Amino acid sequence: MQAVKYARAESVEEAVSLLQDGGAGARPLAGGTDVIVQARERTRDIDVFVDIKHISEVVAIEHGSDGSLTIGAATPCYEIYGDDSIAENFPILVDSTSLIGGTAIQGRASLGGNLCNSSPAADGIPSLIVLEAQVEIAGPNGRRTVAVEDFCTAPGQNVLDSGEFVVKLHFPAPAESSGARFLRFIPRNEMDIAVANAATQLRLDADGSVAWARVAVGAIAPTPLLVADAAAAIVGQPLSEDTIAAAAAASSAAARPITDMRGSIRQRVHLAGVLTERTIRQAAERAA
Amino acid sequence: MATEHIVVNCTINGENTTFLANERDSLLEALRDRIGLTGAKEGCNNGNCGACCVNMDGRIVNSCLVMAAECEGTEIGTVEGLASGDQLSPLQNAFLEQAALQCGICTPGFLVAAEALLEQNPDPSEHEIRYWLAGNLCRCTGYDKIVKAVQQAAGQSVV
Repeated sequence: MQAVKYARAESVEEAVSLLQDGGAGARPLAGGTDVIVQARERTRDIDVFVDIKHISEVVAIEHGSDGSLTIGAATPCYEIYGDDSIAENFPILVDSTSLIGGTAIQGRASLGGNLCNSSPAADGIPSLIVLEAQVEIAGPNGRRTVAVEDFCTAPGQNVLDSGEFVVKLHFPAPAESSGARFLRFIPRNEMDIAVANAATQLRLDADGSVAWARVAVGAIAPTPLLVADAAAAIVGQPLSEDTIAAAAAASSAAARPITDMRGSIRQRVHLAGVLTERTIRQAAERAA
Repeated sequence: MATEHIVVNCTINGENTTFLANERDSLLEALRDRIGLTGAKEGCNNGNCGACCVNMDGRIVNSCLVMAAECEGTEIGTVEGLASGDQLSPLQNAFLEQAALQCGICTPGFLVAAEALLEQNPDPSEHEIRYWLAGNLCRCTGYDKIVKAVQQAAGQSVV
């Protein structure tokens, strides 16, 4: 391991100050399942870890009386999928958090860490996008909030400035008759990185037509993508084979993937459509 | 950058433990090189293989992905804590009886992970066992025997 130092922050202010003092080589430490590997393998230049897990709001799950949800950025996956209210009201977060790594990774890895690692193939981010999550960031100039679809800017890159870190994620209450689903394609059943992934949230009207929808696709572009055209293809009418096919085609059209060891451009473009179709169908089942 | 030695106080296998580590040490390095508990193994050192699996505050973690400095005040459980003296745990006995190990490198991680599964789910299905243990790799590929050993330890009939 490169000579990395460790500092434990007891408050948001202390974390910001430690990150500022540490400069470009300082990284917040949540579950460490990405950054410790990156420090060891020197794929990121890290010389100070600022442990943010001893700040209560960074590891808390809060359910608002209006049905909204706030998850501390460093809350580990297993606490998220083990939360009965999340399982009932935000099952798409269970889809994502129970697929990130294996059990031992889920004991540490967090949605905030998954977001800040900013991998194009992150299994948490498409779900955050379709849930319209807002990212609360603390920094030297106080706090600011960013829509999650605007957070990642390139592979491994995001909007965080020096001294800033993600404190928590805010989720609006799910509307009546809405449902959301995340799916990932990998060649085995578990413990792999997405060849492609996708999420859909939609709301059904009383007459069965789709009143509102969001579709996001991952591992098919430099960042996870919100695909507005895919949602537009299904909104305003009942779901049909035609509208679902149009949404799938929109996701494939939005995809601009690379070929790598996990999959080819052609396979990923195809998968963007297939996963869009399946998440729409399964989100609709959950909405019904 | 110079890193310093740090003092860490925690509980390891039920015993209050104070150890000296380098600030850059992982928990795995501290266990093996500073404390002398060599049960947890280094396989991949990047979170893929599960050979370094230990219990930390009631959940399993890859000790290669935990900084030793993070362990202040925590409760750590390693494979060395499973047996009581010469008395192997039911899970360890089941691994022997089912021949659930070949080269043995992955075994400590499987034991710690499976023990945690049985603690929270005393009667797991085969699917639940395989899913829970997906982060533990056996390069000898003896997975069926490992699953059977866990089933035996859960009191299930094993064919």
